[in-house]
Amino acid sequence: MTSEAIRNEWYPVALASQLGPEGRDTRLLGEPIRVDWAAQGRPRVRAADGREMATRLRYGHIWACPGTPSRELFDIPEADQPGRRLVDVGVVRVKCSPLRAVENFLDIAHFPFVHTDILGAEPHTEVGKYDVAIREEVDEVWATKVHFYQPQAAKSAAGGITTEYMYRVPAPTVSILYKTCPPRPGEWDVITLFVQPLEENLCEVWPWMALFDDETPMTDLIHFQQTIFLQDRSILENQLPRLLPLDPGMEIPTRADLTSVAYRRWLKRRGYTYGAQLVAA
Amino acid sequence: MILYDYVLSPDCYKVRLLAALTGAKITLRAVDFHPGAEHRKPEFLKINPAGTIPVMEEDGLVLTDSSAILTYVAAKAGPEWLGDDDARMRARVAQWLAFAQRLSASIGKARTHDMLQKPADIDACRAGGIQCLREIEAALVEQDILGARFLAGDRPTLADIACFPHSMLAPDGGISVDAYPAIRLWTRRIRALPGFVEMPGIHRLHDLKPEPAKA
Ligand SMILES: N[C@@H](CCC(=O)N[C@@H](CS)C(=O)NCC(=O)O)C(=O)O
Ligand SMILES: [Fe+2]
Repeated sequence: MTSEAIRNEWYPVALASQLGPEGRDTRLLGEPIRVDWAAQGRPRVRAADGREMATRLRYGHIWACPGTPSRELFDIPEADQPGRRLVDVGVVRVKCSPLRAVENFLDIAHFPFVHTDILGAEPHTEVGKYDVAIREEVDEVWATKVHFYQPQAAKSAAGGITTEYMYRVPAPTVSILYKTCPPRPGEWDVITLFVQPLEENLCEVWPWMALFDDETPMTDLIHFQQTIFLQDRSILENQLPRLLPLDPGMEIPTRADLTSVAYRRWLKRRGYTYGAQLVAA
Repeated sequence: MILYDYVLSPDCYKVRLLAALTGAKITLRAVDFHPGAEHRKPEFLKINPAGTIPVMEEDGLVLTDSSAILTYVAAKAGPEWLGDDDARMRARVAQWLAFAQRLSASIGKARTHDMLQKPADIDACRAGGIQCLREIEAALVEQDILGARFLAGDRPTLADIACFPHSMLAPDGGISVDAYPAIRLWTRRIRALPGFVEMPGIHRLHDLKPEPAKA
């Protein structure tokens, strides 16, 4: 049995638009669960013993809390902003720790090597100075003022631009990034990674986006993001150690890793250890 | 030439790769294979009743099989890729094009099962995939003894394009490629071809570039 700190969080368990009447048998934190529709289009998530969990239908996905929610599901105000296209990218299964999936998403230094000529390109590998904080009032990790040169920042980008990013971790297995929006200066595109922990070493990842882009066909938006995430998948499945070390140990942080360091510290202080290892790497 | 395409599909990628290597102009039409399962919808089944991608369309010609599509693209834009040097080479190319269907049915299915949760008999797919890789490895070793660096001869042909993607993507389906040194060398030769393009899981050669920060 996992600890309350772990059970009281919200987790994505299905994509609403893909959940048919047959329902979905899946796993959460090492235990089997069943997701389906109850009456009146209300999502229902049940444990193996039939016990119903707290659920929410938000950001295109069905969310469940196996314990007693310690707080309401986090808010993404942009999700309700008129004019945005909401993109259900679909599930991708990855043999890695759910925390590794989030950590990789926070790491901008891998762009030129893993997403070559899309999100990064050599020789533009330098990550400049940026701010990282654990925002106590909301209990979230935030990185801001992250600047990076990108050959093709979005499907809607015509050529190379310097993109500004903000990163946010509102729940242990969720990461949200905000990035400069080429067609709409002053607004941020929202790209998320919702991670469902099946086991400590296995997760299902549901990328989701809320973009300003009236031009690109929906399928191309999906394929752009799937291309990016599948490039990450090959890296994630080979990362060592498999579990995320919460003590810095021998890993010497570079500037690019500061967000990762804050994320690990934040996980540790809230006792979130599912997919983590406490001894040094 | 319109290619009904999915970015993560090895069978679509081989067509994009050949087009890039030959300079053939193709227009991509993205199919929402996942999560939308557009290839199973009535509109798409009118084009290809088998419900598979890739599909190529040009002036009333509809091709629903990747080997046929490769043959067509090569015939139009790069006839040397057909491997018509002699009777033996030509027959070898035909044989590997047929063999590629076994790769789709084994490694291809293991991969969509492991990544995208498509249904499959995963043990049978993996066993079939391992068998295919062993056959490719053995064939490459034999070719090497004859002084030939590619599957059908001493130059790349459709045989290589057809078998290369699944051979590299096997780990996505939980099939290790560590045991096949001849395959590793061969895939490096293909990735070194001028005009080579990538897909997720098949990266360009990075030899002269710095190590990734966290590989
Ligand atoms: N014989 C086909 C097989 C291609 C194939 O299997 N494509 C996969 C995607 S890579 C597919 O369309 N699968 C249909 C499905 O999984 O429903 C060819 O080589 O073109
Ligand atoms: Fe990435």
